[in-house]
Amino acid sequence: MTALPPQVRVGARLPDLVVPLDRGFVVATAIASRDYQDVHHDPDVARASGAADVFMNILTSNAMVERFVRAWGGPSAELRALRIRLGVPNSAGDRMVLRGTVREVGEDHAVVDVTGENSLGAHITGSATLAWPDRGVTP
Amino acid sequence: MNNMTPATSETSAALDAALVGFVGRTLLPRTRAQDPVNLPMIRHWVEAMGDTNPIHTDEGAALATGRSGLVAPATMAQAWTMRGYAAHRRRIAGDLPADSEEQRLTTLLASVGYTAIVATDSEFEFVRELVVGDHLSVEEVIESISAEKVTALGTGRFLRTVRTYTNQDGEVVARQRWTTLRFRPKVREPELAPRPRPALNEDNAWWFDAAREHRLLVQRCADCGTLRHPPGPCCPHCQSFTWDTVEASGRGTVYSYTVAHHPRHPAFDYPLLIGVIALEEGTRLIANILVDAAGAEPDAVGDYVHVDAPVALEWLDLDDELTLPAFRVVTEEKH
Repeated sequence: MTALPPQVRVGARLPDLVVPLDRGFVVATAIASRDYQDVHHDPDVARASGAADVFMNILTSNAMVERFVRAWGGPSAELRALRIRLGVPNSAGDRMVLRGTVREVGEDHAVVDVTGENSLGAHITGSATLAWPDRGVTP
Repeated sequence: MNNMTPATSETSAALDAALVGFVGRTLLPRTRAQDPVNLPMIRHWVEAMGDTNPIHTDEGAALATGRSGLVAPATMAQAWTMRGYAAHRRRIAGDLPADSEEQRLTTLLASVGYTAIVATDSEFEFVRELVVGDHLSVEEVIESISAEKVTALGTGRFLRTVRTYTNQDGEVVARQRWTTLRFRPKVREPELAPRPRPALNEDNAWWFDAAREHRLLVQRCADCGTLRHPPGPCCPHCQSFTWDTVEASGRGTVYSYTVAHHPRHPAFDYPLLIGVIALEEGTRLIANILVDAAGAEPDAVGDYVHVDAPVALEWLDLDDELTLPAFRVVTEEKH
């Protein structure tokens, strides 16, 4: 039987995570995720596609939600599921605020509803499932 | 005016039939990642992402949680199996294996103008954590292809696939449902310059006034009854200066036409179809010809019109001051 960390209860709000977006960040994260699509590093191409500037790639959107929920869940938490739907682009020059609320708590896991909003609206709408499996150690 | 309209129902139905055949097929056969899960790439990732969770880079911290060693961020599953920069460059140069399902699907979608792609949804299920030394492979299978949808980005279809990630022992470590929109990029309507103004005078202003009310008038000599166009003060037949008008039915045929490519005036979309229209009342007038040429190459619009083609009147409300008649080629439906 595992003990869930004390912050894990239905309705709990996660501490917001503010992600400032600049070109360096958009480019560094795209390259770290090995995504070389030009809209993530070339402002002219990104603007021609209708965005305000280079914009975040979806692998980074996933990574931001993982970072956000794990920071709340602590080092022993394991990410079991992550579902996101993308809305408006996360363009350089803007900033995204990640917010989360615990929707459901099970025996060893919790489901967190997550949104990531910037000045245009919702970039991310989704949910993450974290688990705290019993690994035979006391955290 | 932009004459391009969304795909007709027939082309859409034919595409539906072709696309159904792709459902269940393997878009990407099982492909091994270039490198095993390794600390340098994890460090590159967590530094860029601003992720300070110690289990990714501090072995002691990872061991303290009961894990066997460093674990990679779960969402890196996709990054390990990205094709890499060199292969990316080859693809944008159009170098895809000709016999691949991906190439066949891409070709089919491009044939109806779906040349753009954007990821819209990612649904990850992580079966087990990835530790340094694991070596992933990925396989991608097509789960569904939606009917054509109109979206803010353009008209297209959602392609949903399932990517299955396995490790060196063939065990499934993650599954990802991955949705992309394959679409016809919305042609961003350029801000067209205003149409050139007609040279108005007391002898022709009435014709343009009527056009603003969507009435196509033809001048008629009040003495001999001869119809005439363009408007003028004097009957060319009997030289009478008295006249009235009749309202045209709007039906006619193409007497002649031309496709203008150059020189371009910023008020018009090109290629520009210009016709001499023979109204059924008997007079002719010059007007734009509109065609239903969905999916056609712009240069092929001339193929959609021919001399004697029946046409029907439509009104172009160009701005607050100017309305002009145009004529759409009607498909012959009377048998």
